[in-house]
Amino acid sequence: MSDDALRLHVPEPHSRPGDAPDFSDFAIPEAGSVRRPPVDCKADDIRDLAFSIIRVLDDAGEAKGEWKPDLSSEELLRGLRHMMTLRAFDARMQTAQRQGKTSFYMQHTGEEAVSCAFRLALGPGDMNFPTYRQAGLLIAGGYPMVSMMNQIYSNAEDPLKGRQLPIMYSSKSHGFFSISGNLATQFVQAVGWAMASAIKRDTRIAAAWIGDGSTAESDFHAALVFASTYRAPVVLNVVNNQWAISTFQGFARGGSATFAARGLGFGIPALRVDGNDYLAVLSVARWAVERARRNLGPTLIEHVTYRVGAHSTSDDPSAYRPKAESAVWPLGDPIARLKTHLIALGAWSQERHTQAEAEVMHEVVTAQKEAESHGTLHAGDKPSARDMFEDVYAELPPHLRRQRQQLGV
Amino acid sequence: MARMTMIEAIRDALDVMMGRDDNVVVFGEDVGYFGGVFRCTQGLQKKYGKDRCFDAPISEAGIVGTAIGMAAYGLRPCVEIQFADYVYPAYDQIVSEAARLRHRSAGDFTCPLVIRMPTGGGIFGGQTHSQSPEALFTHVAGLKTVVPSNPRDAKGLLIAAIEDPDPVIFLEPKRLYNGPFDGHPDRPIVPWSKHELGEVPTGHAPIPLGQAAIRRAGTAVTVLAYGTMVHVAEAAAQETGIDAEVIDLRTLVPLDLDAIVRSVSKTGRCVVVHEATLTSGFGAELVSLVQEHCFYHLEAPVVRVAGYDTPYPHALEWTYFPGPKRVGEALRAAVEAV
Repeated sequence: MSDDALRLHVPEPHSRPGDAPDFSDFAIPEAGSVRRPPVDCKADDIRDLAFSIIRVLDDAGEAKGEWKPDLSSEELLRGLRHMMTLRAFDARMQTAQRQGKTSFYMQHTGEEAVSCAFRLALGPGDMNFPTYRQAGLLIAGGYPMVSMMNQIYSNAEDPLKGRQLPIMYSSKSHGFFSISGNLATQFVQAVGWAMASAIKRDTRIAAAWIGDGSTAESDFHAALVFASTYRAPVVLNVVNNQWAISTFQGFARGGSATFAARGLGFGIPALRVDGNDYLAVLSVARWAVERARRNLGPTLIEHVTYRVGAHSTSDDPSAYRPKAESAVWPLGDPIARLKTHLIALGAWSQERHTQAEAEVMHEVVTAQKEAESHGTLHAGDKPSARDMFEDVYAELPPHLRRQRQQLGV
Repeated sequence: MARMTMIEAIRDALDVMMGRDDNVVVFGEDVGYFGGVFRCTQGLQKKYGKDRCFDAPISEAGIVGTAIGMAAYGLRPCVEIQFADYVYPAYDQIVSEAARLRHRSAGDFTCPLVIRMPTGGGIFGGQTHSQSPEALFTHVAGLKTVVPSNPRDAKGLLIAAIEDPDPVIFLEPKRLYNGPFDGHPDRPIVPWSKHELGEVPTGHAPIPLGQAAIRRAGTAVTVLAYGTMVHVAEAAAQETGIDAEVIDLRTLVPLDLDAIVRSVSKTGRCVVVHEATLTSGFGAELVSLVQEHCFYHLEAPVVRVAGYDTPYPHALEWTYFPGPKRVGEALRAAVEAV
């Protein structure tokens, strides 16, 4: 082989099982240090924000800087409660899957702030186009936990009639578009929904969601083109939790410094936010939502977070990343950080937190008992086999009627 | 010979071919360091290096598109799509590009490419981890489509697919990865180590594309099946006591028409079985061919058993799955028709 032979570059994460996890080259700005530009700025005016990280809460739990949102203690406590509920919900459903009550589950551990905080920036009628780790949009949006569990159990009361894989929720009334197992498809659909709202001179906006890994899909890039071209009233959220199953985020990011920077090539204002900082996520979300609402066009937000748990109940991350990696993740835990903030404000205490944990768990367990009274995947009441043939089309066509008769239902 | 699961047999085929031919490269989502979500490529990156077996960004169009470019260069890429249900973003690259490259360039450029993907249901995967899209590929001129039903065939057919000069769609029934499955989910799982077709030849042992195999010889009715449904058809024959001849097609394109005609001409009756949805499924092609080639031997209408024309359900997986009961009823209908 000659000296000038070409070589293929294949990215590698910093550490693999057996290595010491290392985030030392992960640059983290001080809380409060990143400026808050006016919402009518141009992408070019805020290029630096696509390479920084907007943070509000510092390590001592103090809220700092221009992005500090105006929130009462009650609002903060409600946010904490949402995140704690999601975590307890995850714990119970993960266990339920292990007990064979359902086939599959996906936890949010470490990412609770992203969807719980973002939801509060939206208004009635706005529509999320989520992927599979944003159940906080439902929890914080007041969707009943029992309905979520009924879906997870595919039982007789499953609003989706046992058709979908667990956690692939859908609720138009709660601004939550039907989740697809196929990645990235929803991202461009969100842009279309937002364009429709503009076509109809409506006031509602859309929020698109995608993971770091799935930004590699063509639909992500199509979404940016359309959002940019038509200045669609949409917030484009990239949740960078560092891992796409076993593949670290460097594969989807390639030579680009950040996922937020993807927006710049399309002329879309792009921000990076500390996804484990409830206050920062809510503040950035409000900024982007205001831009969309004022017809100023799309915003791309990269939520920098970490997937503490496995990708799903079918996954074992110890095969591809150091077990201790989540413990050294430098942005901490979103619940612990908001709790520390509330204690620093004098609005909360460890005792009250422990009590709240018990209350939240009780609520989740109560919902779980109710859901299980309607059946679980392999026990109790099931959706009707007749339902399998419904909704394929608006009206049951003759060939499906025939097939249903053959099945004898 | 060695005892293998279908996963191990696929890995062995890739290992053998990567060892024999350094033009063989393997990539896909989670395929490199981790070895694939079903572990079919486990150990290959360590053995052959990061530029022979590597992870890909989550972009099926990107995976297949770059693989076509590599094939045009002269490599023999064997890529993995994580689930067949995820292949659609790559469909344009497969249909408009890979399939026609040889023809449109008059042989100037070719595309010796294998696209592996887990297919079929039986694992409670819901509508996005259970589909059987073979007909979407058999319909396309320029593609070959293979569906193995056991470890021995999986290894031999994958070697032949990698050595094939044209693009091959290689569909791996995921319910068969760890053992044969007769369609009875309530029965204990049988491992491949207890099945004769779990015995796999070592080394370079290709099985030519385009040859069917008779899994069960019989005289009363011919069953045409592939993948998981081969085992279901065998179970149905046993449970009904009907002396069915079960033909495992193994390759859908090119199809072993001679084996089909020979069998149906003998039995005079035919049942076609697949897990994919009924309408415009590959079964429709099989029934047409039987009608064209065996009409004067037929003593009864050909019967199809297939998935219902609905999305694959989650909770009602076993209501949907065309199991031994439905296949058995079809066998009875075929043999009792006068």
